[in-house]
Amino acid sequence: MEGQEVGEGKTKLIDESGKRLDGRKWDELRPISIQVGLMKNADGSAYIEWGKNKIMAAVYGPKEVHPKHQVLPDRALLRCRYHMAPFSVDERKNPAPSRREIEISKVIREALVPAVIVEDYPRTAIEVWVEVLQSDGGSRVAGITAASLALADAGINMRDLVVGCSCGIINNQVVADLDDTEDKEGSGDMPVAIMPNLGLVSLLQVDGIYSREQFQKAFELAIAKGKQVNALQRAALNTRFFGGEAKTTQVEEVAE
Amino acid sequence: MSMKKNYVVETIRKAQMVQLLASGKRVDGRSLDQHRELKIETGVIPKANGSARVFLGNTQVIAGVKIATGTPFPDTPDKGILMVNAEILPLSSPYAEAGPPSEDAIELARVVDRGIRESKMVDLGKLNLVSGKSVIAIFVDCNVMNVDGNLFDATSYAVVAALRTAKMKKYVIKDEKAEATNELIQVPVEKTPVSLTFARIGDKVVVDPGAEEEASMDMRITITTEDGGNVCASQKGEASTITPAQVLQAADTSIRVGKAIRAKIIEATK
Repeated sequence: MEGQEVGEGKTKLIDESGKRLDGRKWDELRPISIQVGLMKNADGSAYIEWGKNKIMAAVYGPKEVHPKHQVLPDRALLRCRYHMAPFSVDERKNPAPSRREIEISKVIREALVPAVIVEDYPRTAIEVWVEVLQSDGGSRVAGITAASLALADAGINMRDLVVGCSCGIINNQVVADLDDTEDKEGSGDMPVAIMPNLGLVSLLQVDGIYSREQFQKAFELAIAKGKQVNALQRAALNTRFFGGEAKTTQVEEVAE
Repeated sequence: MSMKKNYVVETIRKAQMVQLLASGKRVDGRSLDQHRELKIETGVIPKANGSARVFLGNTQVIAGVKIATGTPFPDTPDKGILMVNAEILPLSSPYAEAGPPSEDAIELARVVDRGIRESKMVDLGKLNLVSGKSVIAIFVDCNVMNVDGNLFDATSYAVVAALRTAKMKKYVIKDEKAEATNELIQVPVEKTPVSLTFARIGDKVVVDPGAEEEASMDMRITITTEDGGNVCASQKGEASTITPAQVLQAADTSIRVGKAIRAKIIEATK
């Protein structure tokens, strides 16, 4: 039993030739497009479409902290809310924040703070709002990817961008970037966020059963795919600040 | 829960800790991969279907299992329901507050629930009574009684011990209706998941952080393993980072140390 590869597969999510339901290979990302700076009122913003995910992230700040007792004397307070629109999923979602959203807001904040040089903005608040307009698998990592761009767009000092990718297990096989069906029917999901230039992991959540080998394979695949998405992030920032039409960027065009 | 009490004191303490850790020592004399004394008592609440009180150092958690029948979720019509919840009681620490659950309490409950659920500890298929209509619902509620660091592991061990010793009524099906009998049977437990939490302080990673270490830690990571030596859940916490090599090393440690803790939990819940 020790280290034995386990997992269950009720639905066939990957065929003999290694093709997934939507035609992707095991290590292939869904199409991703990113645009930076669409929102007029926000200090910074980014919009990402990742598979069927449609997510807008906006940043306000640095600004005065209210209520005052929350002020941090030596650094900025980063607030973060991940919220799903009631129409973002199949069954209407109650707009009140669920326990899941509260937890995800927390892990997104903790994934972003290490990249922000919060010491440069003492006694201020930086607010990051992540709104999921349509949800597919991997919305938290897509949200982080957009949020770090919105922070950069707001001109906030950062050590690195933050980029995420979720890997997991379907039919006892490690695959990259689970979509909604694979997330629900598969046997494991592992969202990972990294600071790609510093080689650090700032978000890691795991569920599902992984042998030690599968754990390492999924984890390292998530990091490699994150670096691929980071190329798209940089291209989107380039478009925003150095012109060129804000076109949809297909993964393949900038794949390493 | 990170409970910074005094910014200046914690910063000085952290500098001391980092210095100590460089020579392989911790503030309370433990080695880096050594957990605190683990004590498990079961059957502490006779009115519950199962219960356990766990001490991990001075952290104390009571878990109670209540079992009833319920309607299955529409997407799993032939599976029972298992829900784990946790509350950090206001009596557990001078920094805990009454009122709606804090972000920390929500994360605690969800991470513990995930470890139990994803390990497939309880065979939910065996809790089906009348498909689509009636299933057995198991609720495990945890009360954190005293906070002294690492609530994640203490709460998880309490849930596992309570479930392993829980008994439920046997049901018979008559005319598509579930009827309770007076016979008591064990909850269908298949696995014994073990959670192990690490804290990174400076560049060193330690197992089972105490309250003092938590106040100074940069990053926290919990990795849960099951009997087969497989990883079944994980969660990184706190606003800092971990290197990929540290993640893989923590997974190895969790599998190794988890084995010894699993044996201990099984022994205490025989």
